Amino acid sequence: MAESDDLIIAGRRFKSRLFLGTGKFSSGVSLEKAIHSSGTEVVTVALRRVDLSSTEDDILTKIDRERILLLPNTSGARDAEEAVRLARLSRELGGGDWVKLEVTPDPVYLLPDPIETLKAAKILVKEGFKVLPYINADPILCKHLEEAGCATVMPLGSPIGTNQGIRTLANLEIIIEQSNVPVVVDAGLGLPSHAAQAMELGADAVLVNTAIAIAKDPAKTAYAFKLATEAGRISRLYSNSGISTSKKAAASSPLTGFLEEESRNVHGVI
Amino acid sequence: MYTELFDKIAFSEAKERVLSKSKLDIESALHTSHSGKVLNFEEYLSLLHPSADSYLEEMAELSINWTKKRFGNTISLYMPMYLSNECRSSCVYCGFSFENKIPRKTLNESEIRAESEVLYSKGIRHLLILTGEDYSITNLEYLRSAVRILKSYFDSISIEIYPMDQEKYEVLIGEGVEGLVVYQETYDPEVYSKYHLRGMKKNMRYRLDAPDRGGLAGFRRIGVGALLGLSDPYGEMFRLAEHAHYLSKKYWRTTIQISLPRMRPAEGEFDKTIFVSDREYVRFLFALRLFLPDSGLVQSTRESIRMRNHLAGMPITHMSVESRTDPGGYSGGEELKQFEIEDTRKIEEFTEMLRKKGLDPVFKDFDRAFLQVPDRMN
Repeated sequence: MAESDDLIIAGRRFKSRLFLGTGKFSSGVSLEKAIHSSGTEVVTVALRRVDLSSTEDDILTKIDRERILLLPNTSGARDAEEAVRLARLSRELGGGDWVKLEVTPDPVYLLPDPIETLKAAKILVKEGFKVLPYINADPILCKHLEEAGCATVMPLGSPIGTNQGIRTLANLEIIIEQSNVPVVVDAGLGLPSHAAQAMELGADAVLVNTAIAIAKDPAKTAYAFKLATEAGRISRLYSNSGISTSKKAAASSPLTGFLEEESRNVHGVI
Repeated sequence: MYTELFDKIAFSEAKERVLSKSKLDIESALHTSHSGKVLNFEEYLSLLHPSADSYLEEMAELSINWTKKRFGNTISLYMPMYLSNECRSSCVYCGFSFENKIPRKTLNESEIRAESEVLYSKGIRHLLILTGEDYSITNLEYLRSAVRILKSYFDSISIEIYPMDQEKYEVLIGEGVEGLVVYQETYDPEVYSKYHLRGMKKNMRYRLDAPDRGGLAGFRRIGVGALLGLSDPYGEMFRLAEHAHYLSKKYWRTTIQISLPRMRPAEGEFDKTIFVSDREYVRFLFALRLFLPDSGLVQSTRESIRMRNHLAGMPITHMSVESRTDPGGYSGGEELKQFEIEDTRKIEEFTEMLRKKGLDPVFKDFDRAFLQVPDRMN
């Protein structure tokens, strides 16, 4: 891809448009291989699962922080207060200013709470965090989060971990059309073709976790997602094949025939 | 601010961007529109290309479909009220230019009431008030007093006056103004400086960012436009669409409207108009509709009866009617008009035409209750 097609979030450039989640991997080795073959430059980790103060944490040691952005997430937070507390702790322990904001009070479907997410986003942005909020595919919420100063919006394709693909199509299209910040489709992408579809829709990036983590071969699946994400992006940019829709020469033009009429043509003469 | 985007590409490059488009690009753009998707900016540029004329009938069909989908069978009607033709700016193409020795007039309170009575009796509830660029005579206090009178007659009041700071816009919104119209006239910096010789209007960038200030102030509707005929039309159409698209994304609570007036005969000796044919004009409107399907496309009485009859509802959604461009003109004032009107039909005749086409003329689609500004007449 051309250099000009880099993804830019909060001033940082990324070549890869595939973000990787780290939950559910069977081992650190499996995760490491998946990170490598996915080509990802953004890896999100649950703050509740890692020990940021340790240099021997099983997940953190697999992430080359020179090349990859470690994106701590607040999964498990049930309200704004808990999420903000986790983000502050992350920064104190060296997790940096970036945070994937997740507020999911519902333990079954893990659907994000829009009200608490917006509340937390406003606080964290004011405190200098680069906030990437995980949300339902709600176009108006996206505008509020954008106004609050979030670095991206991360609407879900379908409920997290369900592998159902893109079930929020109509709303995602509106979000992508209207957004002034990068749109990262997060959650529900179960197949590489789902990632390709999201990118063809015009998403700026996708985040995948379960589909790779529980695959028979996570490394090969991660590679398939890498290719699909790139294919979808190329398709979006260059592949509208220009199928001819022109009609055969019509004997009459019922809608524009009036332009053939004699015109007094007063325009252009002062 | 829009100027940040504006500075990224020179006006002279815009024409080349349009003319570099191919037949394949045009067909690809039409395919996108047929599949129910909104055009992206490059696809929009393709439809401005002269070769798109071969697809004009298809663009017309698509325009009707998109317009119906987003606006139904309605045409919103409004009327302009010129409060003053006083002007401190010298715009070489404008009848109100400071250089033109025409009688000058600014309506006083009783004259504003008299004009309002006439328009109200015609059923009009959407009003656009206009002034020249005299910020001393038609200053903020004058405008506030005028709006206080007008809001007892009209549900929706928009202003088309000289650009202001955000704080002044906020004051007018507080008085009950709903919409802001700022036409850039031309987006070509070279032509702009050549045709705007003196006065506040000479500051092109202040004008360019006026819609942004209006968006920040919180207007519910903002209208932008380019006066076709002053500079290269491809450059103007590139910029205008870019500007409208930017505004609609940034000020997402605000409805963006676009107007595409063509030069009309006026007082003065301006003779440098660049000709924009009916066919080009229609092609431009269709392209705009497919790129910005949610934006109201406004057409004034500058255009001919033939054009207005055919374009109503095709891409056009908002129309002025029975307009006078002279202060006090409705209640029997003198002939002090800004430019020549082409469609002089009365409201009854015009609405009958719309109804025959299956269109519903809308006189009111806003209520002052939204603004918490009382004093409605009825």
